[in-house]
Amino acid sequence: MLVLLLFVFVLAIFTGFELITKVPPTLHTPLMSGANAISGITIVGALICANAEFGTTAKTLGFLAIVFATINVVGGFMVTDRMLAMFASKKKKKKA
Amino acid sequence: MSTLAGIVYLIATALFIFGVKNLSKVRTAQKGNQLAALGMLVAVVTTLVEYSGLDWTIVIAGLVVGGGIGGLYAKKVEMTGMPELVALFNGFGGLASVLVAMSDYWGRYLASPHSVSNSASGVPELGEMLSNEYGAAVWAVAVVLSILVGSVTFTGSLVAMGKLSGKIAGKPIILPGRHFILGGLFLVAIGASWFAGFGGMGSDAATGLIVLAAVAGIIGILAVLPIGGADMPVVVSLLNSYSGIAASMAGFVIGNALLITAGALVGAAGLILTMIMCKAMNRSLGNVLVGGFGDAEVSEDARDYTNVKSASPEEAAMVLEAATSVIFIPGYGMAVAQAQHVVKELGQVMEKMGAEVRYGIHPVAGRMPGHMNVLLAEADVPYEQLLELERINSDFKNTDVVVIIGANDVVNPEAIENPKSPIAGMPILMAHEAQTVLMIKRSLSPGYAGIKNPLFERDNTLMCFGDGKEFLVSVLEELKEL
Repeated sequence: MLVLLLFVFVLAIFTGFELITKVPPTLHTPLMSGANAISGITIVGALICANAEFGTTAKTLGFLAIVFATINVVGGFMVTDRMLAMFASKKKKKKA
Repeated sequence: MSTLAGIVYLIATALFIFGVKNLSKVRTAQKGNQLAALGMLVAVVTTLVEYSGLDWTIVIAGLVVGGGIGGLYAKKVEMTGMPELVALFNGFGGLASVLVAMSDYWGRYLASPHSVSNSASGVPELGEMLSNEYGAAVWAVAVVLSILVGSVTFTGSLVAMGKLSGKIAGKPIILPGRHFILGGLFLVAIGASWFAGFGGMGSDAATGLIVLAAVAGIIGILAVLPIGGADMPVVVSLLNSYSGIAASMAGFVIGNALLITAGALVGAAGLILTMIMCKAMNRSLGNVLVGGFGDAEVSEDARDYTNVKSASPEEAAMVLEAATSVIFIPGYGMAVAQAQHVVKELGQVMEKMGAEVRYGIHPVAGRMPGHMNVLLAEADVPYEQLLELERINSDFKNTDVVVIIGANDVVNPEAIENPKSPIAGMPILMAHEAQTVLMIKRSLSPGYAGIKNPLFERDNTLMCFGDGKEFLVSVLEELKEL
């Protein structure tokens, strides 16, 4: 189990390095924003911490984790979409 | 975890990878973001279905509150406020990872170590993990690292946000002996970690974890304060990478492969982006992080200009009317003045008058890479008129007029002419080679790097003092009258 987890950890790091070697500067901000939203994946961990059998302290921490992670995820993807929508509308106009 | 849930998690990971891949091309970027968002939705739904025994009140309340706040922020923010918002979101992501690790410690471990019954089925039995010597060590290390990295990310991002929005002075804030202070704090952090994790993670480990979170928070603040405002984009990008690592570590804490992979992806991608940004400024990451940049020769000679010529909007309009080629160079000042629409209008007018109109975009103009592209795209400037530094730099000598709107450091010839300058070697837009340079700026104050810009007193430079938007509006009116 542990070895497997370390395995995927290292492979994912390599994938991340390879994925983003070529990016036009135009897209640096949206990419940073989008990647930031993906790092909100910790929302999954936060949800698991809303364990019904947890004590009050743990549950409170879990609740706060869900709130902050959700802000990161929802806000992050929406803001990225707003930035990119401006490039998209440009393309449509060009075609028309 | 059931096999099915595992496979769906794998699909979510694949969506993240395709998402990032598509985000790196202009044509597919929006689709990429949507793919990643879909991946996140799949991940959340799968988690809610797979893990039984969740407290639904908490889950729903958390999602509604967080989603509401996040959505509201994202909808209301002005384009100019985008960098701060990304920094803030990033900080929240880091904080969430701290809270996950702490919640797991209090909920699973502290409640009954070594014999934890996991009502939420699918969570690996902690007792099982801890009964294995290596498993226990990995769990403890992961808890400590989640808290350390997440906490640094949180406070560091908040300081970066403060600097970007101008609430905290952009100038480097240097504490005497800060390297010793930071070193000492790191020792405290290591001690607290040791106390919490390797002393067997007993019940008193809680104190260690709280101390660790607090100390890491202070480290985050002290690490970002001495870095100048101009370097904040690099800092935000690096902290973005950190928040990925924190999420990944939280994945090790709760034994969830999805968190580990997605977090590691962002950690690696964020680091690469940070390197690209440093390269654009011809600086090393270490050099940025040590900070204090731009502190050297600030105040005394910054006001020391002798041969400055200024131009009124009328004079500027006359210069522009005679021009057959124009290059606009936008900077943060354009963002602040919200001048992108006027700039575009002026560009169109110039085009109608037969001039060739282009925009020179420096990779680090503004407060984030791509900041200027986003603003000009918002104003509907044709994409093909936006040219990056390498593609436009050789054209300046054949250009009649360069209009600089609120940019400063990115056109400072000191970078190539004075090897002793703090920005020596940074690639700049060669605006000074143009026949005439119209520099629209509020005053002669230095830019974010805090150094003198000799371009202001060149013979071919006309300083146009004023708010970027107001000045350009007047220029437009004058042009129409001519």
